[in-house]
Amino acid sequence: MTEPVLYLDGVSVVFDGFRALNNLSLIVDAGELRAIIGPNGAGKTTMMDVITGKTRPTAGVVRFREHDLTKLDEASIATLGIGRKFQKPTMFDALTVFENLELALKAPRGPFSCLRWVLSGEARRRIEQVMEEVGLAARAHDRAAILSHGQRQWLEIGMLLMQDPELLLVDEPVAGMTDQETEHTAALLVRIAGRRSVVVVEHDLEFVRALGSKVTVLCEGSMLSEGSIDHVQNDPRVIEVYLGR
Amino acid sequence: MKNLSLALGLLLWLALPARAQDAFTAALPGLAGGFGDIAASVEQLGALGDPRGLPVLRALQAGQLQKTADGRLLLPGNTDAATGQPADGAGAEAVRLNNRVRQALRGALGRLQLVSPDAAERGAAAEAIFRSRSAEDVPILQAAIAREPDAGVKARMVLALAAAQLVAPNEEAKRDAIARLGAAGTVEARALLIEARAANPSLVTAIDVSIASIERSLSIRRAAETLFQGLSLGSVLLLAALGLAVTFGVMGVINMAHGEFVMLGAYATFVVQEACRGIPWLAPWSLPLSVPAAFLVAAAAGAVLERGLIRHLYGRPLETLLMTFGVGMILQQGVRTIFGAQNREVTSPAWMQGTLMLPGGIAVTQNRLWIIVFGIAVLLLVIAAIRFTRFGLEMRAVVQNRRIAATMGIRTGRVDALTFAFGSGIAGMAGVALSQIDNVSPNLGTGYIIDSFMVVVFGGVGSLAGTLVGALTLGVVNKVLEPYAGAVLAKVFVLVAIMLFIQRRPRGLFALKGRAAES
Amino acid sequence: MTLRLVLVGAVLVLAMLPALNRLPADSALHVSDFIVSVTGKWITYAILALAIDLAWGYAGILSLGHGAFFALGGYAIGMHLMRLIGPRGVYGHPVLPDFMVFLGYQELPWYWLGFDHFPFAILMAVVVPGLLAGVVGYLAFRSRITGVYLSIITQALTYALMLAFFRNDMGFGGNNGFTDFKELLGMPLNTPTARSALFYASLLLLLGALWLCSWVARSKLGRVLVAIRDAESRVRFLGYDVTQHKLFVFVLSAMIAGLAGALYVPQVGIINPGEFSPGNSIEAVIWVAVGGRGTLVGALLGAFSVNALKTWLTTVAPDLWLFALGGLFVAVTLFLPRGLIGLFSKAQK
Repeated sequence: MTEPVLYLDGVSVVFDGFRALNNLSLIVDAGELRAIIGPNGAGKTTMMDVITGKTRPTAGVVRFREHDLTKLDEASIATLGIGRKFQKPTMFDALTVFENLELALKAPRGPFSCLRWVLSGEARRRIEQVMEEVGLAARAHDRAAILSHGQRQWLEIGMLLMQDPELLLVDEPVAGMTDQETEHTAALLVRIAGRRSVVVVEHDLEFVRALGSKVTVLCEGSMLSEGSIDHVQNDPRVIEVYLGR
Repeated sequence: MKNLSLALGLLLWLALPARAQDAFTAALPGLAGGFGDIAASVEQLGALGDPRGLPVLRALQAGQLQKTADGRLLLPGNTDAATGQPADGAGAEAVRLNNRVRQALRGALGRLQLVSPDAAERGAAAEAIFRSRSAEDVPILQAAIAREPDAGVKARMVLALAAAQLVAPNEEAKRDAIARLGAAGTVEARALLIEARAANPSLVTAIDVSIASIERSLSIRRAAETLFQGLSLGSVLLLAALGLAVTFGVMGVINMAHGEFVMLGAYATFVVQEACRGIPWLAPWSLPLSVPAAFLVAAAAGAVLERGLIRHLYGRPLETLLMTFGVGMILQQGVRTIFGAQNREVTSPAWMQGTLMLPGGIAVTQNRLWIIVFGIAVLLLVIAAIRFTRFGLEMRAVVQNRRIAATMGIRTGRVDALTFAFGSGIAGMAGVALSQIDNVSPNLGTGYIIDSFMVVVFGGVGSLAGTLVGALTLGVVNKVLEPYAGAVLAKVFVLVAIMLFIQRRPRGLFALKGRAAES
Repeated sequence: MTLRLVLVGAVLVLAMLPALNRLPADSALHVSDFIVSVTGKWITYAILALAIDLAWGYAGILSLGHGAFFALGGYAIGMHLMRLIGPRGVYGHPVLPDFMVFLGYQELPWYWLGFDHFPFAILMAVVVPGLLAGVVGYLAFRSRITGVYLSIITQALTYALMLAFFRNDMGFGGNNGFTDFKELLGMPLNTPTARSALFYASLLLLLGALWLCSWVARSKLGRVLVAIRDAESRVRFLGYDVTQHKLFVFVLSAMIAGLAGALYVPQVGIINPGEFSPGNSIEAVIWVAVGGRGTLVGALLGAFSVNALKTWLTTVAPDLWLFALGGLFVAVTLFLPRGLIGLFSKAQK
């Protein structure tokens, strides 16, 4: 049995008496693609916050390979190899598509290294390759501010790829996308998984079905059900709280 | 022994009126003689303690006592010193003084003032004897104490008596005096005891007990006074910061012109005072009248600022900061142009002046006490306005979720303007309080703006309880540090301490937690 | 491109001023002493503006305490100038400056040691502001104090320093600060030679600072700073240690401000605690806002134009200046968010 990439055990987060996460456990294996669904307020985003170091858990174990994530800050967790795409696409509007990707490119992150940084031919090729992959090659020198919503989602996925992370956390990647864009995104994520582990949080069940991955259902901060999409869709508890309303 | 001397004094006193009649008139003629006679006569008059001696010696000291050729003495206005009847002053000449007479006069007058009809003068005389003290003062003090009607003056005389007894040879009376000085608990009493300690080796233990008791009561009193000053400074900070707690804490608008709104309030107080000056029955009440006036002036200025400028910059706090700083400059310069750069004086009404003595000798200035009361009143007013009024409800709704509030029919723009005007009006009321303790000048507000922000940040943005605790804490800490570090270093120290505190709790003392705090 | 030409032209014109000052007074091209000294002063202000722009315009750190770094640099060189007075003071003490004799000091306080050497004083003019910025910045950035909170903290900092420097027992001349300087590097001050030398030194420093800042701005670090300005937490999730980057730029900016202050003081001949007043710092911020933040040329433009306006207005209508300055704050934030430079680039498009 291989060591899991991401290991959450008994994680709880309490805000002023409100339990955002309640004794949550989750294991993601190397190369696995995992979809996470759940109603609003189920704790999906809080779970992402805990993994990426934005929120400290009140209790529980959060490990990425051998690293204890509860002791690290956002930047160190990111450099360990965990990339995150936000629910609301966030990038640097004042910079161009190329520059956004360049900042995300895996390279020394200190201020002095950045000051001396020279874009090598290899780095340029890598950026161009990712721009191809997310379909933004034509817009390389446009400022991110003027991209369409779907293009912003892809740029953010592109930035994730530039980081070359071992684990990708993707929060609602297809919100606001057209059907065609959604299909394209699903294909992209499936292609990415295999080389790395991907955790996708999504509402869109058609999209989750298109991913064809194992599904975890969260409800009120803990895991309700886990298995294939057909398995969870037929789980009576899931139907009660989520699907069968 | 003690009882005996008291009884003796009493007897002396009872016998006095009849005997003094004779002794007083008998002592007078010496004043018309040579310098030696005059000095002897002066000392005699002083020892007699007869109130009639007072005008005579005063006139002598002023060089206005005259003697006629036939040896009668005339007071100014040609009254006979012995009989008090008008007399013919033709050919009279002034009684002259030399140094010996002057010296005798000082002592005698000091004692005689103990029987002056004016209570303040009697108190001052007791005070003077307390300082100069000699054993000879003992009987005259005892006599004066016996007939003193005013309790405050009597207490001072008792202390003076103790001081005099301490240098008298009577051991028993000394012990008594030491105990009484110990109970008095003043710095002067302590100094006397320390001085007496070297001279009276046999009484060292008693003296040390008394000194220790004085130290105790002094330190308690000092602590109480420091606490009061701290609370008073704290309530000033509270008044200045409450408005910010609304505009910055609740609305999230950073208004650097807040200090200038305080300043406008202080000038409104000045204007109301000047307007009331001509109406005698209104004049003492100009200060309470200026509270609503200052509120309205500052609130109007706030409403104009919010509607005219600030609302265009919502969501851009740094720009708001710079813009409002500019507005503050314009307000300062405007006031300077209208009222001039010099300080304007706002006088305190009579009922706010003076010092209140609390039990235990703690001195409390009235106007500081009123500011504490005013600060608490304004705090309660703010809480009530937010909790219990329709406006407060709408304000809280808009702060929590602007869009939903708007869909429920709340005119959010109007609520913004009113909230900002409310916060600014509170600043104006703070100006009324500051006019009582600070110079009313165009840059009145600049001294308070940084402190007010510190209070809000320290207490926790958006929490009125935090503002209260923050203001009082900063006030007390400032005053506690002052004796050790001086006012300026205390301030620097507090600023540094707040910066370090923010390290531990970036959201302040009373932090909002959870999702609401994330944004 | 046109902008760069204008910039080169402006620098050339500036460079000629001291030479034109040496022309005979009746010559048409003669430039008065006043113009030279006032322009020299403005150049140091422009350097301060560059420093503020680097922190604010690029990294989004709005410091309202940069006047403190400027003043600290000024005090460092001021201490050197005081030491150079030597026995020529009013009291004629061989070592102690006048104010120390007056206040009854017996010997030079330890922190005055070394300031008789010019290189040490210049080093301190850089190191002291840098250290202060390092400590304050570390504490603030580490606990993620950003935006207006940082502005208020830095304002409190300069306010606290002002109060401290007003004290006589700090050993920096209290209220009166330092003045009556005699010479620097063997040149008697207040002579045409000294004026031109200081002027050219300032101009050189301005060019150096401009080069340094534009190097930072155009490097990948510059793009990281812009990214931090626009979406700080996103930068963290990309794996950048935001604290380090902000600290780097804040300290660099404070050092540049300190050097500017060190060139300012010998030109104006006085330094006192008033330089720490919060109003000074915020006025310098408005130069940058007027010129256009986030563009280095904008900072220069703002510093020169606002100070030119100030010099003109305070001579013709002194009462109007504060109204005008206040009005500038309001007008720029409401109507010209990109400053004067924004007007030009709009016109170019």
